[in-house]
Order: sequence, then structure tokens, then C-alpha cells
Amino acid sequence: METSTFTTEAIWHLLEQVKDPEIPVISVVDLGIVRDVQSLSEEGFKVVITPTYSGCPAMNIIEKDILTYLRGQGLQVEVETVLFPAWTTDWISEKGRKNMEAYGIQPPVERTVDKSFLTGGRKTVPCPNCGSKETQMVSQFGSTACKSLYQCQDCREPFDYFKCI
Amino acid sequence: MTQQEALFEYCLRLGDNGLILGHRLSEWCGHGPILEEDIALTNIALDLIGQCRMALSYAGTVEGKNRSEDDLAYLRDVYEFRNVLLVEQPNGHYGDTITRQFLFDAFNFALHQRLQFSSDEHIVAYARKAIKEITYHARHSSEWMIRLGDGTEESHNKVQESLNDLWMYTGEMFESDEVDQLMVDAGVGVDLKIVKQQWDDSVGTVLAEATLTQPEDGWMQSGGKKGTHSEKLGFLLAEMQFMQRAYPGATW
Ligand SMILES: [Zn+2]
Repeated sequence: METSTFTTEAIWHLLEQVKDPEIPVISVVDLGIVRDVQSLSEEGFKVVITPTYSGCPAMNIIEKDILTYLRGQGLQVEVETVLFPAWTTDWISEKGRKNMEAYGIQPPVERTVDKSFLTGGRKTVPCPNCGSKETQMVSQFGSTACKSLYQCQDCREPFDYFKCI
Repeated sequence: MTQQEALFEYCLRLGDNGLILGHRLSEWCGHGPILEEDIALTNIALDLIGQCRMALSYAGTVEGKNRSEDDLAYLRDVYEFRNVLLVEQPNGHYGDTITRQFLFDAFNFALHQRLQFSSDEHIVAYARKAIKEITYHARHSSEWMIRLGDGTEESHNKVQESLNDLWMYTGEMFESDEVDQLMVDAGVGVDLKIVKQQWDDSVGTVLAEATLTQPEDGWMQSGGKKGTHSEKLGFLLAEMQFMQRAYPGATW
């Protein structure tokens, strides 16, 4: 198919096939990092993405994966990275949250970042394994920049929590 | 000094603080006292270096001499770095690292909170991204100050000593010079007097809870913001810039 016969909606749809390299059950669209798809005046498309964390090492891979996949579909495409507005976990879609939970990562429980960084109250993060609310934060920082490490007091399983930013 | 020159300097200071502290924290990789803290410190390092990339690439754009973020990080010599002296201090023991982090995070948090309302849209975009991460950093180091200070007699004494040793590096963060003044006047930068007030409040609250004694403000070290550094930064750069020094222009 010629690039010109694609619509931006079709590109959005195709992008659902590009998964986050660190959480392979969630697409870059459901993660909320694809901010825009623009049809270029000459030919082809521009996909605008934004990083989850400033130092996220997956961003280069994500950019490459998007280019490889869309070019593999015969499309002319470029990727632009923007910082503003800053990504927030509020942009993770409902589908993304469900897939994440099924994969064993507890999705963010509240909207926007918790600013009480001194000793403020803790929110309840349920265990994605058994559903228990008796869980404990082991560390604010987990296996990747976007996750905290928790442990369930009932089934004793450790699990990742996708923290709110 | 023109406003453009001041903006370049201002961005170097933001970027170099993140770069040097990020590098220091990365030295803990594989050496953390417990696995969770090893991971925490390297995560924070990653955030800081990510923030540094944004600040240095913008500095390169402002300067207009075609220098990339990598050029600025790897091809400058020690006297061209603009980080505060606090962040180049060696890691020491874990209490030293946490104290250095805590004193800096409280400053970085207050600074970036206000940079979100800068008149420069690039700084706004950078600060709105960074503040979310810095919030987590500040929470982490505050909690550790309380845990160590209000912990055992040994942890209390050790971290009190770290605090006493590092206190003389805190004054420089709030020193305002021509660069700061030009940036405040242009609505780009932040008035460091306001940052200091907030820093005093948040540091005082945590230290009280940690049962630690806040040292008296005595003679303060200074010079990092203008490029006068301790020999410690030279050793750090020798390692960080090793590849570019041994194999100039190497890429992979
Ligand atoms: Zn459980």
C-alpha cells in the first residue's frame, strides 16, 4: 500500500502493535507515550513521543521499534521526542492498566504524584497476585525507573508497583 | 555579560549538578549496603543524568556553537564545570552519601518547583519533567536521614558527623552572582533567597524529626558555580571522560 493511502487513525492503530520493551504486554499507545501522529505535508508521518522518565533508557529502543515497525509496513515515518507536557501515569489507558495488572505489575492507584514526601500517610497498594491489601513497600525504587518494589504480607510474593508521577 | 551568556551559564549549572551527582551515585552500582538501596541510588543517578541531558542540550543550543550534550559532558575540562562543590564530594560511607543527597535534594526540589514558572518555555518543559522525579528523590533521602538519625547510637553519630562535615558546602547553593541576577531579572531563573527559605524549612523539619543537630552556619566553601573546584572533581572526570581522553572522538 502507498503511504498516502494511510490515515493518521490507521497509524495510531498500527502503533498498538509496538510494545514497551520492559513491559511487553502494554503498547506504546496504552502507555500514553505517543502524544500525536501527524501527516506530513510532503509525504509520510511524524510520530510524537514523550519519555516516561528523563533518564529512561528504553526511549531510544522505543523510537527504533516504532520506526522499524512502521517502515516495515512500507510507511515513511519519523519520530520526534517532546518533553512538554510531561508524561504522567494518568495517561496510561484502562486497557493498559488491566494488561499491566494481569502481567503482575500493580498499576498506579491514584492520580498524580503524592507530594507529602516527608512522612505523610501511605496509600494502599493491593497485591496483584492474591488481591490482599496487606502489602508493604520494600523500596520506592524498583527494577526500572517507573516502578517501586512491594511485598504482600499474605501470600509473601514480591511485586512491582508502577508508581504515580 | 549578555542575557544569552547568562542563560548558557545557568543551564550549565543545572546540567552539571545533575551530571556530577549522577556520576557519583553511579559509583555505588554493585556496592550498595543492601540491594534495594543499590537499585535506588542507581535509579536516582539515571534520573539526574536524564535531567542533565535536557539541560546540557539546551545549553548547547543557547550557546550556538554546535556543541552537543555529549561534547559538553565529555570534552570540557575541570575549570569549565559549573556544579556546586557539594555534589562533587566523594561518596564516603552510606550516611555521607545520604546526607549529601538530602542537602542537595531539598535545594533541587525548591529550585525546580519555581523553575516550572520560568519565562523560558524550554526551562519550563525541563522543570515540569524533573520536579516529578526530584519529589521522589527528596522523599527517599529525607526518610533515610530520619531512619539513620533516629536509629541506633552508631547510625546517629555517624550521620551527625556527615552533616557536620558537609555543612560548609551548603552555602554555595544559595550564593547569587551576576548570572543568577540576570536570570531573575529576565524571569527565567529563581531568586535563591526564596529557595533558601524553603530549604531552611524543609531541612529543619527533617533534621528535627531525625533528632539531629543542625550545624551552625560558619565559613562556607565556594567556587564551584564559577569553575573553581576541588581536586576531587578532577579524579571524577578522569574516570567519566576516560573514553574520550584515550580515544578522542570514539563513538559506538
Ligand atoms: Zn498477595
